[in-house]
Amino acid sequence: MDFRSSEPGGASGSGGPAGTDLLPDTAATAVKVVIVGGFGVGKTTLVGAVSEIRPLTTEETMTRAGVEVDDVTGVERKTSTTVAMDFGRISISDELVLYLFGTPGQQRFWFLWNGLFEGALGAVVLVDTRRLEVSFDVIGRLEERGVPFVVAVNTFPESPSYPIEDLRAALDLPDEVPIVACDARSRAASRDVLLALMRYLYSLSS
Amino acid sequence: MTDPGADWEAGNPERLYVITRGRSGLTERVVLDLVTLIVAKSRPQPAMQPEQAAILRICESPLSVAEVSAHLNLPMSVVTVLIADLLTEDRVEARAPVPKAELPDRALIEAVMNGLQKL
Repeated sequence: MDFRSSEPGGASGSGGPAGTDLLPDTAATAVKVVIVGGFGVGKTTLVGAVSEIRPLTTEETMTRAGVEVDDVTGVERKTSTTVAMDFGRISISDELVLYLFGTPGQQRFWFLWNGLFEGALGAVVLVDTRRLEVSFDVIGRLEERGVPFVVAVNTFPESPSYPIEDLRAALDLPDEVPIVACDARSRAASRDVLLALMRYLYSLSS
Repeated sequence: MTDPGADWEAGNPERLYVITRGRSGLTERVVLDLVTLIVAKSRPQPAMQPEQAAILRICESPLSVAEVSAHLNLPMSVVTVLIADLLTEDRVEARAPVPKAELPDRALIEAVMNGLQKL
């Protein structure tokens, strides 16, 4: 769901937000949280579960060279020159808006959107226990960049279930980094993931 | 992969080049984040570039740069150049996001928590 997956927001050029999707004029400040995870792990599902707008897609053009060295053996085998990032929005108050961006775990995608992580409150690493190894790189890179994050384990029906502490050991996560289980399709569960991140950020600020 | 042009979306790069009149955005003074909120300060004029007129039209209410990109179906790199021009011409207002601090701002985190709890 990461490559040109969703339909472009609005009809080409003639679109715009629906009347119900308008922010109040008082909206003064926006903050962002980045949802990072492998292909098909449920990033867009999580974003869609809590977003007040239908998830939108912003695209960026990737150089051809970048595509050729790419190892996107996944979901769709096309060498498109365009990479898409889905995002959603939650109005926190009349003045404050939270945006959620779902991005693939590969760092080369992060550079397509300047400042994706700069200024982000934090990140959620969405993990599928069937493909745990995908998360190692992501976690290492977030640590390098000093981006605070929580780990959310998307519970697919067919996923093996592990005790949280086993996952912590497998992912080599420090004790203080929260791990939460979630069903990314559930609005309440996805909201709770964001709340876990906020509580963690709050603890870091004290 | 060596077949020239097989998967290459010919035309798009040229079109984007035309829209931004050849500028890449990197030299612009204004730093626009994905979540910088853009609000129109004036109405579209008939002589304007259609993309810029479209930005003024959809930004009657605040919209993030990312949303402008999505609604106009244009890459972020193009949209930021277009918005930077509108800012220079004082046709839009940019409400910058909170600058990155060493530590998260407690009041901000609390506000987000309260908002999420109401969902």
